[in-house]
Amino acid sequence: MTGTGNKIVSYITLALFIILAPLLFPDYRTSLAALWLLIIVALTWDMTGGQMGYNSLGNIFFYGTGMYVAAVVGISLAYDVADYTNAAGGGIYKFTDAQYFTGMLVGSLAAGLFCAVSALILGWLLFGLRGPYFAIGTLGVAIAAGELVSNWDWVGGGQGIALPVYPYDLDQGKLFFYYLFAGLGVAVFAFCAWLYNTRFGAAINAIRDDEEKAEAMGIHTLRYKLIAWSMAAFFVGVAGAFSAFQLIHFEPLETAYQTINLGIFMVVCVLLGGKGTLWGPVIGAIMFHVFKEVTWTYFLGWQWVALGALIVVTVVYFQDGLMGWLKTRRPEWFGIRVEQKAAIAEAAE
Amino acid sequence: MDQIFGNLQLLFEFPAVNLEIIIQGAMIGAIFVLVAYGLALVWGVMNVKNLAQGALVIAGGYVSWWLAQRGMPVLVGIPVAAIVLALIGGACSGTPIDKFCRRHWRVAIVFAVAMTVVMFAGLYTTAPGSAWAAYEGVGRTFGTIGGIGLFGILVACGGLYGLVISRVIERDLFTSLLATFGIGIMFEQLMNLMFGSDTQSLRLDYDSFSFFGGIVNVPVAKLLAVIMAAALAIAVIIFMKRSRMGQAIRATAQDARAARVLGIDTERVYAFTFSLNAALCGAAGALVVLVWEIMPFYGIPYSVRAFVIVTAAGLGNLPGVIAAGIGIGVMEQYGGHIFGIGYQQAIAVLLLLLVLLIRLAQQRRNRQVLQ
Amino acid sequence: MSEHIIQVSDVSKSYGGVVANKDISLSVRKGGITGLIGPNGSGKTTLFNSIVGYHPIDDGSIKFEDKEISRLPVPEIARLGLLRTFQQTRIFSAMNCVENMLISLPHRKMTIMQMLAQNSKADHDRAAQLLDFVGLYEKRLLRSGSLSFGQQKLLEFAMALMNEPTVLLLDEPTAGINPTLINGLIDRLKRANSEFGITLFIIEHNMRVIMNMADTIYCLAHGEMLASGAPEDVQNDQRVIDAYLGAH
Repeated sequence: MTGTGNKIVSYITLALFIILAPLLFPDYRTSLAALWLLIIVALTWDMTGGQMGYNSLGNIFFYGTGMYVAAVVGISLAYDVADYTNAAGGGIYKFTDAQYFTGMLVGSLAAGLFCAVSALILGWLLFGLRGPYFAIGTLGVAIAAGELVSNWDWVGGGQGIALPVYPYDLDQGKLFFYYLFAGLGVAVFAFCAWLYNTRFGAAINAIRDDEEKAEAMGIHTLRYKLIAWSMAAFFVGVAGAFSAFQLIHFEPLETAYQTINLGIFMVVCVLLGGKGTLWGPVIGAIMFHVFKEVTWTYFLGWQWVALGALIVVTVVYFQDGLMGWLKTRRPEWFGIRVEQKAAIAEAAE
Repeated sequence: MDQIFGNLQLLFEFPAVNLEIIIQGAMIGAIFVLVAYGLALVWGVMNVKNLAQGALVIAGGYVSWWLAQRGMPVLVGIPVAAIVLALIGGACSGTPIDKFCRRHWRVAIVFAVAMTVVMFAGLYTTAPGSAWAAYEGVGRTFGTIGGIGLFGILVACGGLYGLVISRVIERDLFTSLLATFGIGIMFEQLMNLMFGSDTQSLRLDYDSFSFFGGIVNVPVAKLLAVIMAAALAIAVIIFMKRSRMGQAIRATAQDARAARVLGIDTERVYAFTFSLNAALCGAAGALVVLVWEIMPFYGIPYSVRAFVIVTAAGLGNLPGVIAAGIGIGVMEQYGGHIFGIGYQQAIAVLLLLLVLLIRLAQQRRNRQVLQ
Repeated sequence: MSEHIIQVSDVSKSYGGVVANKDISLSVRKGGITGLIGPNGSGKTTLFNSIVGYHPIDDGSIKFEDKEISRLPVPEIARLGLLRTFQQTRIFSAMNCVENMLISLPHRKMTIMQMLAQNSKADHDRAAQLLDFVGLYEKRLLRSGSLSFGQQKLLEFAMALMNEPTVLLLDEPTAGINPTLINGLIDRLKRANSEFGITLFIIEHNMRVIMNMADTIYCLAHGEMLASGAPEDVQNDQRVIDAYLGAH
């Protein structure tokens, strides 16, 4: 009873902190929004990577595609897209408040749905690939998409797209985007917490642990893999859409399909925190964000070397992440029983 | 669209253009073959998918370029690049130096940290607006000493193989993929810091052979590079067939446990294989800098192409690797000609996806998956 | 037709030059227990793998409930209700026994909405009941990887029952099990057949075991069908005795 009571108290405290954080630390609003983005992409990466054992290196594809779909849909509600991108910028074309916000809302939803559907199609093609082939294949999709989009003039080619600026006060805009990302992050977290407790969650875990056995048990492996990936893609697509409006201007290779930045960050976050756990990606994202902010501030010029070193060290020496490490150290915290005596005593009661 | 049709039409109107494209593609492919064969080796023997392949190529290119900047004859760069990259790859792994470092690992760590500090302290004087700008000369010396010291201790501890790769071989395959990805990022960024992000190249001022009224051009420099790549490939084939180490490598590739039972030191085989791969990449990079240009971030295309070739050709199949390498080179040239040069990178990646999907369909017919 | 649930006709399979199965024909009677015996390397497991779809066959046809399945992939065959256990047991070793059982719920009968629900009380009860049936109830909360090999085999059997298959293909169910437990296992297999109505098709090395259970027995040797019929007939067949005791 006190257990649930404690839980409720801690969740309320956490919620208060999430709501108050940008007001308490106004200088860090953008950085905190970036942290939420990391949490979102890490949680969604873990849906397939950690829980299902399919390590995608191409989830960034959905981020970039979400950006483009949201921008194109948002613009097309008010203007002709080709004219807009030809003029290379939002400076000339004015958006009313209503146009801005409906564009964002409809664009984000469209982005999420488009990404979910493209995950179904890509997954149908790629889910026959196992292990490293899947990772390479998805990485290939992300790289190819970036290259193709940067050659596609209708969406601005290599120049990218410049979206309208947030119509009100800039500081308020930062707050607005913080809450957008925080809301999405909390939603993704709650969604994962629910999903992993369903039969579906157990089935994707079975696919991770032994896909051949899962197939032999008659589990609809392909169907579940597609559903899991398209759920992840939906959230990443929406996050990409928010980013598009937050960043105002984005271009294909460095911002949208940023394969070696965010695309690899999300994997590192999950590995740092612990694959296949609910809290692991969140904790990992926080650890990574702090590491990144510190190196970007104090080791400017060497930050990427430090990042590469972090990846190597994490992968080689600390692959189970914080949660995995705790799991082997304190299995009882996670309700795992290995000793025979404990279980027998339990059964005798 | 019109442009694409125009380009296609050109191919039919002037058949010699096809010849030019095929020759250029084959020349490019010859260098890919070296990189891909290295990848096929580490993949087949130790099951490591090396995403840092391209970074090693570019590193080899910079070694050769750096030597040429200091007045060395251009061709000397090729063997030197191979040797330096072999050292980085792990040529010292398993030797007495490595064992000494491992036994006294605390000393090695202290030395490495000290060298890092010396290097950064030295570099600090050269930073713009530094308070120690007056001591820039001394700082540079310190930076160089620290850098060489750090490089030396890392090489002595077994290089990439000893420090990273040996620890990921037995782990699940995604680990090696991600670890080598991290290595690739580190290499790119270190090269960026050392050499800047400008493109660099070494031009050999030889003529070109021209045929068909200038439509088909064969630059002597590229021809030379192809010949050297071929010579290198032949040397490696003979080595793999004839030498004891070559036999041990092939045995390990077939069944590492059986090889171990028969007394083959598989650790040494792995270390050797990885440094051989690094050396091949280094040599390929030294050739690349002769015929095209390099910059720190040009590595990824080489990794991608190496993966395409190996996936298409399969492991341990050198004739297949050669055919696939040249085929990919030609296809890329055709693609670039028809769709425009901006699509060249995309075409390489799409070829990878295409090859994966074809392999997948083949496997599905056998009721199997690709793993 | 409908009396025989699995019909294998003239199936051949070779690996490179090695012929593993040559013109094998057999049928499994619905509701019965059919045995497949033969010396090591006689092609029993190859035939099993052909039936459940692990590799393509070179020639012949395999029918399950009058439906051709020789070209279907593994998961589709499993979803028809044709389930197999592995010679080297395969369980989800990181999970505990109950979780293993709950994963084995018959997914082929579930809709997406049912998938997205949590496991019901009835599912938990059934899991507990089946674990009790194989004698693993006490160990239900242990990580299944920490069980002994024999217990893992029992767990795999219970998982198969949880899946409510029409036909269960068992690859050497008694191999590696403590001899004192074998009688209990035979009893459970028989009960699974009579109480749950599951058709069993069993590869077995142990002649005593299979003679006790099966109503029809097929004997393979060198990839070819040597003999078939009621247990007594096969047991007394001179060719079978030669194959088991002979020089090969």
